[in-house]
Amino acid sequence: MAKSIDVSDLNIYYRDFLAVEGVNMTIRAKAVTAFIGPSGCGKSTFLRTLNRMHEVIPGARVEGKVMVSGQSLYDAAIDPVAVRRQIGMVFQRPNPFPTMSIYDNVLAGSKLNSKKMKKAEADSIVEKSLTRANLWNEVKDRLAKPGMGLSGGQQQRLCIARAIAVEPEVLLMDEPCSALDPISTSAIEDLIHELKSEYTIVIVTHNMQQAARVSDDTGFFNLKATGEPGHLVEFNPTNKMFTNPDEESTEAYISGRFG
Amino acid sequence: MSVTAPPQPPRAAKPVVRPGDRIFAGTARVAALTIMLALAGVFVFLALEGYPGLSAPERIYAPATDFWSYVGPLVFGTILAACVALVIAVPFSIGVALFISHYAPPRVAVPIAYVIDLLAAVPSVVYGLWGGLALAPATRPLIDWLYDNLSFIPFFAGPPSVTGRTMLTAGIVLAIMVVPITTAISREVFAQTPRLHEEAAMALGATRWEMIRLAVFPYARSGVISAVMLGLGRALGETMAVAMVLSATPVVTLNLISNSNPATIASNIASNYKEATPDKQAVLIATGLVLFAVTFVVNFAARWVISRGERNLTR
Repeated sequence: MAKSIDVSDLNIYYRDFLAVEGVNMTIRAKAVTAFIGPSGCGKSTFLRTLNRMHEVIPGARVEGKVMVSGQSLYDAAIDPVAVRRQIGMVFQRPNPFPTMSIYDNVLAGSKLNSKKMKKAEADSIVEKSLTRANLWNEVKDRLAKPGMGLSGGQQQRLCIARAIAVEPEVLLMDEPCSALDPISTSAIEDLIHELKSEYTIVIVTHNMQQAARVSDDTGFFNLKATGEPGHLVEFNPTNKMFTNPDEESTEAYISGRFG
Repeated sequence: MSVTAPPQPPRAAKPVVRPGDRIFAGTARVAALTIMLALAGVFVFLALEGYPGLSAPERIYAPATDFWSYVGPLVFGTILAACVALVIAVPFSIGVALFISHYAPPRVAVPIAYVIDLLAAVPSVVYGLWGGLALAPATRPLIDWLYDNLSFIPFFAGPPSVTGRTMLTAGIVLAIMVVPITTAISREVFAQTPRLHEEAAMALGATRWEMIRLAVFPYARSGVISAVMLGLGRALGETMAVAMVLSATPVVTLNLISNSNPATIASNIASNYKEATPDKQAVLIATGLVLFAVTFVVNFAARWVISRGERNLTR
């Protein structure tokens, strides 16, 4: 069920402003792909085009092709709502629904997909998703409590549980650890390792060590120059990227000489 | 100076107080107290002046016989008119507010918002004139239809009024006056829904409407209820529009489309105050006191309902 994504010649716009130019890459199924690069170079923008969340912003649009297992994502016949049900997303800041309990938060997506659900079925989805998100043991006795009462790291794992409860094919993560402490970060990195066996995972991170720890492939984004659009500088297996990159600017960024 | 006195502990340094802070806090405090005093003053006036009205000579209350049977239909009329207005205005306001905040492109949304705000600036006398002269005759086909098809519902028991000056018309006019207030506030709270929550819903594959249900409504809930409360306040207290639409008879009836409609407290005061004898005036002021109490009770009841709902949510 995990799917691969092929991106070719993708240009991303905000109205007339070209934000990211000419991206070509293949994201492998059941692998973790990380995007690194300085702030404002279009990593998150690119990530959001992979589940059509980019066009939620007024005036935002793309040119080029994104193929998910051979199906064009931006085909006119494709419903963006259906795309987002198959390609889940976890955001930079934990965002559980504030008025919902932990239980209802996990089920929020499933309830959208199928209106009628038996109690036993719902219970099993909640337990399975929370277990896979490594949160079950911490919250199993307070499922009816509001999700906002959890710590930041727990909230983020709750959001991951919510995203995987609908059994997506791809999981996009936009700097999922940037608002978290090192212990929560490590919990989420472990989780990414486990989820890899079932999902295609794409993660944007500012933390190069994190990219090196969790990912199989890494893409380095950068601005061509100040005021120019962002572009993909290099895309290679993570090992190669961090030991012997093709591009000089990648090495400069990774070794901390700039950015 | 006594030698046996224990040495004073060194005094803690005074916290630094900046004059700006002090002036601002003082001004805010005075403003808050003034409101409380004004409210208390109104209450004291109503109580003192209205007290004789509770036991005036029987003929003053004609056709009723005592104060409570005099004010009863008025309280009923007030609440009925306000309810009709809210039933019409609240769904409409929420719809308009959602359209402006989440559906319409800015090019359309801004002028609509502006026009809605402008509705609030039209004086209520104008609405009264329009309601009595234009809207009332225009509702006749509607009330005839309601009577023909839905007369089994007590609200539409009829017989339909030939002038169209009915409780329903009054309710519609009030609704139009309530809409700008509730719309403006609802729109503001809808627009302030955190993007993060909206995107959380959309990333789960919610349609626009599902996103609004998942993220916008729960967030805006208490704000919208406050908006409705403000609208209710206006509907309860509105004078001229109702007085100019309704020809009142002291009856208690749920019938919205017949000729005999109870007046509201405020419209009854407005239409009788000028020619009133001192006795009658006292009675009218006493009805004002009742309106004051009704408004308080309704507001507290609403607050109680809200806080109970919120406790359920955070349980």
